[in-house]
Amino acid sequence: MKRVLAMLVENKPGALARVVGLFHQRGYNIESLNVAPVDDGSYSRLTVTTRGTESAVEQIMKQINKLIDIIKVADLTEGEHHELELALIKIAKVNDLTSIKKIIKSMNGKVLKNDESACVISVTGTSIDINNLLKVLKKKKIIETVRSGSIGLHESKKTLTI
Amino acid sequence: MKLSGGDMLMRALREEGVKFIFGYPGGAALHIYDAIFNQKKIEHILVRHEQGATHAADGYARATGKPGVVIVTSGPGATNAITGLATAYMDSIPLVVISGQVASHLIGTDSFQETDMIGVSRPIVKHSYIVQKTEDIPAIINEAFHIATTGRPGPVVIDIPKDITAPENKFEYKKPAKVSLRSYQPKIHPHPGQIKKAAKAILSSERPVIYAGGGAIMGNASTQLKALNKILNIPVTNTLMGLGVYPANDKHFMGMLGMHGTYQANMAMHNADLILAIGARFDDRITNTPSKFAPDARIIHIDVDPASISKIINADIPIVGQVKESLDALIKEIKRSKIKIDSEAVSKWNDQIKAWTAMHGLDHEMYLKKSKSKLIMPQEVVQQVYRVTKGDAYVTSDVGQHQMFAAQYYHFNKPRRWINSGGLGTMGFGLPSAMGVKLAFPNKEVVCITGEGSIQMCIQELSTCLQYGLPVKIININNQALGMVRQWQDMNYSGRYAASTYEESLPDFVKLAEAYGHKGFKVTQRNKLGPTLEKAFALKDQLVFVDVYVDQSEHVYPMLVSPNGSMQDMWLSRGKKT
Ligand SMILES: Cc1ncc(C[n+]2csc(CCOP(=O)(O)OP(=O)(O)O)c2C)c(N)n1
Ligand SMILES: [Mg+2]
Repeated sequence: MKRVLAMLVENKPGALARVVGLFHQRGYNIESLNVAPVDDGSYSRLTVTTRGTESAVEQIMKQINKLIDIIKVADLTEGEHHELELALIKIAKVNDLTSIKKIIKSMNGKVLKNDESACVISVTGTSIDINNLLKVLKKKKIIETVRSGSIGLHESKKTLTI
Repeated sequence: MKLSGGDMLMRALREEGVKFIFGYPGGAALHIYDAIFNQKKIEHILVRHEQGATHAADGYARATGKPGVVIVTSGPGATNAITGLATAYMDSIPLVVISGQVASHLIGTDSFQETDMIGVSRPIVKHSYIVQKTEDIPAIINEAFHIATTGRPGPVVIDIPKDITAPENKFEYKKPAKVSLRSYQPKIHPHPGQIKKAAKAILSSERPVIYAGGGAIMGNASTQLKALNKILNIPVTNTLMGLGVYPANDKHFMGMLGMHGTYQANMAMHNADLILAIGARFDDRITNTPSKFAPDARIIHIDVDPASISKIINADIPIVGQVKESLDALIKEIKRSKIKIDSEAVSKWNDQIKAWTAMHGLDHEMYLKKSKSKLIMPQEVVQQVYRVTKGDAYVTSDVGQHQMFAAQYYHFNKPRRWINSGGLGTMGFGLPSAMGVKLAFPNKEVVCITGEGSIQMCIQELSTCLQYGLPVKIININNQALGMVRQWQDMNYSGRYAASTYEESLPDFVKLAEAYGHKGFKVTQRNKLGPTLEKAFALKDQLVFVDVYVDQSEHVYPMLVSPNGSMQDMWLSRGKKT
């Protein structure tokens, strides 16, 4: 089962490597990873998506928690949560932009550029939304794709802050 | 007064109460070594290989409970320390390992003796630091000791680029404030509700077993454990790492459990209706096939590390907390409880264990009485060492059959007396760890029970022992083979002894000991064993190497049947299964 884990990590040398290394050491895969400093910049928020049984995820969370630089960790998939990913997609020049705009409208899509060399669009959505969009765009020959990896947030009163 | 980075380091170590540094110098560490030279409070022990330094510091830590300190240089010095770090990490031993690093401006340029120590050691440390500013040294040392010694202890690496300790750059030494880390709060108190549940479960059980491991030793909970069982009077077993935390001479002690545990201990675990696990981690050398583990038992698991709980075997009643504090709470709760343990049922259970012991318990007499055979039995060597040292020595060991015989036949009545690499199983651990113990307790008997294979992995430390006057006793159970490997080859590979013998290449250990300036004895006849050991231990101020030739064909039993066996499936002797 897919899991979205959120964690707060001290912005210290090597901290990210410890988190990433741990997944490998304990035999888990990272499907996507997003990281950036938040608040005062003294710590970063990471979102990791992974797959595993409930007990496997419980074990990996306990192991993550043991890392000295980890401030907090939560499994967002345990409850209601928002999950969003950003993608930039480059396709060949589009002659009729309206059809493209229609396809990407529901995903906050924008056409960043459309000229002789290429058409670059940006979309946000769940990973599944983006997967689906990429399937649709396949017909148009995708030149290049970049995805941010999911970021996630508890929906309710629950928070993951310091 | 302003201090250089090197002097700051020494002062910070002094403030942590450090008495010994185990180390080896080299280019990137030379500023630090100059600072060592300029002070008198901390003694530096020059080992002969950095692996020896880490094991010596580790032995010191295991015997004293205080963190061991190591200094090595960059590159090969640092990588040589890796085996010792992994050894300490697996057994949760507090070490602070300081590695010199190339100067900051050279990092990342593949400069001479540059190794990414932080990267290389990452999976085998509790935490690590690279020092970026000289002024940070006091705070980092302070934090490192805090992290190494609290919660579930473990090794911490501090990598220090050479420029950071340069004598010409001096800074004000700021005494660090008490460590407070928002991301690390190791002080966890056991949950009172869980303690209540545990007490109730114990008191309503009929076939309870206490299973205590290295965490109970690390957590200094021996007194509590004994007090608890004064009330309960139930059978106790210890893991290889836990030996001594419960006295072996107590009538409720069943011996070690697991792979080479006693028949009664393994049978008791399998048939228990309640297992109280204390600072133990249900590793694969204990449980055998996890799905077949203790089918009828409710499991209470006390551990300071939540990640150890329900990792392999699901705990019905998890208790996360310091072992000592948790046991204190449990004792209180049991005393207060209105339910009393069914003493009739427990006494029946204790009788059952006695019956198991009588049936297939370790046969102590057998090895001493095998008088027909001229060959010395390896078990007998341990028994004789036990006799001569009156069971009161610190015993370090290596890895192999000799280690298991030592664990089975030297009966430890106190914690921190049995010093061995249980988790990683590091050959070469025995001699250097004995040095660490002897430095900590110069007036105590320190014995290294080793094998001719293992001892050769850190034999160079004989030289260190001469330099610092460390009269440990080395008992080499010489079966002229990598015995444990050979045993597996007997059992699983039809006796095809691939690379487990040395042909005629074994050194003359007596001459070797003498070459290093020590005393050596060789024993080949069983009637000489006792007297030679007595002679050896009578030489109080000398390191004595006793090379005992033993029966090569002997196996360690009992042995859990694997794969797919449960804890009651054991080989009891050659070709004989339960
Ligand atoms: C560094 C290291 N290499 C290899 C092993 C695998 N191993 C485990 S026991 C053993 C044989 C040890 O031989 P010896 O020290 O003579 O002990 P014996 O079993 O003969 O008593 C070996 C090779 C190990 N544990 N550690
Ligand atoms: Mg051997």
